Amino acid sequence: MTALQGIRVVELANERISWAGKLLGDMGADVILVEPPGGDISRTYPPFADGDPNRSLYFRHYNTSKRGMVIDLDSAAGQTQFKRLAGSADVLLEAEPIERLSQLGLDYDTLCRANPALIHVAVTPYGRANPLSDLPATDLTLMAAGGPPWSCGYDDHTLPPVRGWGQQAYHTGSHYAYLSILTALLHRGNGGSGQFIDVSITAALNVTTEAASYAWLVAGAEVQRQTGRHAATQPTGETQMRCADGRYVNTGVPPRFPEEFGRLLSWLRELDLEAQLPEAVFLEMGANWEGPFDLSLIGSDDTITAIFSAGREALKLIAVSVPAYDFFIGCQNAGLAVGAINSPEEAFEDPHFKARGFQVTVAEDGQSVRYPGAPYQLPASPWQISRAAPALGEHTDQVLAELS
Amino acid sequence: MSGNADQALAGFRICDFTGQLAGAGATKWLAAFGAEVIRIEDPVRQGRWDILRGMEPFKPGQRGLDHGGGFNNHNTDKLGITLNLRTARGKEILAELVKISDAVTENFAAGVLEKWGFGYDALKAIKPDIVYVSNCGFGHTGPYHEYKTWGPIVQAVSGLTYTSGLPGQPPAGWGYSYMDHTGGYYMAMAIMLALLHRQRTGEGQWVDLACTEAAVTLNGPALLDWTVNDTPVRTDDGPNANRSQYVPMAPHGIYPCTGEDNWIAISCRDDRDWALLAAAIKADWCAEFTDQDARLAGQDALDEALGAWTRGFDKFALEAELRSLPIPAAAVQKPKERIERDASTAEFGLWPKVEQTAMGEVVVDGLPVHFSAADWKMERGAPCLSEHTEDVLTRLLGFSSGEVASLREEGVI
Repeated sequence: MTALQGIRVVELANERISWAGKLLGDMGADVILVEPPGGDISRTYPPFADGDPNRSLYFRHYNTSKRGMVIDLDSAAGQTQFKRLAGSADVLLEAEPIERLSQLGLDYDTLCRANPALIHVAVTPYGRANPLSDLPATDLTLMAAGGPPWSCGYDDHTLPPVRGWGQQAYHTGSHYAYLSILTALLHRGNGGSGQFIDVSITAALNVTTEAASYAWLVAGAEVQRQTGRHAATQPTGETQMRCADGRYVNTGVPPRFPEEFGRLLSWLRELDLEAQLPEAVFLEMGANWEGPFDLSLIGSDDTITAIFSAGREALKLIAVSVPAYDFFIGCQNAGLAVGAINSPEEAFEDPHFKARGFQVTVAEDGQSVRYPGAPYQLPASPWQISRAAPALGEHTDQVLAELS
Repeated sequence: MSGNADQALAGFRICDFTGQLAGAGATKWLAAFGAEVIRIEDPVRQGRWDILRGMEPFKPGQRGLDHGGGFNNHNTDKLGITLNLRTARGKEILAELVKISDAVTENFAAGVLEKWGFGYDALKAIKPDIVYVSNCGFGHTGPYHEYKTWGPIVQAVSGLTYTSGLPGQPPAGWGYSYMDHTGGYYMAMAIMLALLHRQRTGEGQWVDLACTEAAVTLNGPALLDWTVNDTPVRTDDGPNANRSQYVPMAPHGIYPCTGEDNWIAISCRDDRDWALLAAAIKADWCAEFTDQDARLAGQDALDEALGAWTRGFDKFALEAELRSLPIPAAAVQKPKERIERDASTAEFGLWPKVEQTAMGEVVVDGLPVHFSAADWKMERGAPCLSEHTEDVLTRLLGFSSGEVASLREEGVI
């Protein structure tokens, strides 16, 4: 027995919730993806394996560890099948238009009469009580409404705000759907009943914006976007630099402790760059400082201000002199929280993640395909891609046989 | 104070060392659903290892360790105690607390709890079925396990910063710690998965969460395009994050409107959406873009022409018009607009008002979900430093008030 073994999840195929279904399936739940007769539209989404439009990598990524069946919910026979399936389920996960399931006689009030333990999770743009949920929307428009793009972009405000790539609105809605399901399962395990759970994607985005919301709620101030760093109510110093190889790094938190100034100075000397930094003398003062710095004096005390400024200047000089990866490793070895700005594939191929076993393989089309691995490691309840994404209707007969 | 019995997570007790957002955000969820979350802070450093504790934003006229706006936002409905773990007595009290807890949670740098003598083996010796969840940037194993991170560093190394930008520009990244929020979500998932495992088997475990790994999973289709087709995301010009990444859609972007820094997001999913939009624009140039292939091939010109059109409109008036067609469109909302003007958030109950002992009434981020049988609640703000030490020590651990006073004099609490 593992955390989700034997928990049956019925997922009505929809790109807004496929990530939640995958998270459940990869932890061992029996996720049954229900698609309409023509298949879910995300089967047609690029990228494709070898350019073959029947092999969507998008669909494959989001639907690992699920079984697949076809049910025509618009037919009486399909509705009967769905009721039987929902009767066997612990969780129903769906992102349908508000009235759709009640029009079919498949709403929570109906389903829970036969299965009171059912946890029914509905994910919509604005929640089930708001008719705006039925308006057409994409990941981009949900993000705009929910708040994240306001905080993302450049110092130059003639450039548009930026929406972080990669279906993150759908991911955020899915994260909250999954959190809700785990909570409701714990509740049930402690003697609670099943229940209906209403998840709003735009509400989820509103509370995934850090200080943008609470600076307004607490102090009535609005953050402004800045290049490569936190949006803030007052402008802050740059934290992104371009290295000798043209790649960028995030310089994180500049040195704050005497030992950090000391390590930075040693590194500068190793690189033979000390002569190019007139402020190096202040690094030395920082390295020899007794006790912690009073950070509140930056800006008013001349010596402390000069030491902290020298720390930032030293980082800048090193950044333009070495490749991004070397800057990352060198700074981290000096104790500074710095990051190379990797592309997704560079992150995936990084030796750290490889050493932790993050790359996993899935058998697909007679090949062994590398996939991203576990977001968390539970040794007693292992994360695992138990099967590749299902072909359309691959398990229809199998599931129907189990239900009869 | 021991959680509300009608709530979904009533009866679970968390011995909580988390801080900032990546950790505190996780236990905020648990507390909102009725778990008893006991936050442990260091009396010597006055809880300052959580830098948000005394950090702005402040309510007007307020300032201090008990007044941090972000700290309050992330620590609602938790109890707060102080324990000096440099002292033998402090360690004994922690062991007693672990003995009656279901989970121990922390997001220190790797190895800190172990150094204090409370690594997983020690915790297990105190309570055999304990759930222990650690959350740090790179996890507890692997070549970078000693490296430090915070949200923007996690986003940088995982690929999320690179993919958020405009072509010909440096990466814009995320203007906030998306991965502190999301790392907190994964930490809450890990805690609940381990509690479910324990509920079903009686067995505890240590979950080693590396925030960077959770982050790398969030660009999945791009990674498969790399492993299957050798197609990298990195290009000379960099990605255009406002365009549709996977699904072919055009136009798909963020366009200017009247006023200062006002923008609208518009997506046309197909020819039908475009036909509706073109009928609203009523301009000759639209004819060049009738079919999707032409729109995708000519996206730069299309974006320019569409931007020249949107520039003449108020963003909310245009949003209303485009939604009436209807096509996917939404104003890029500023904080005040989405919190106060957009009725949907308040109607959802997204901004609960809590009472914080030092700050008074404060409105905080609620949760974007509602449960029909056992919903969340937020009533109390973040604990002031040591606010619940006496309550926890007397109510849960059997100390007398006199003993608590002595412990305070001895510098143990």
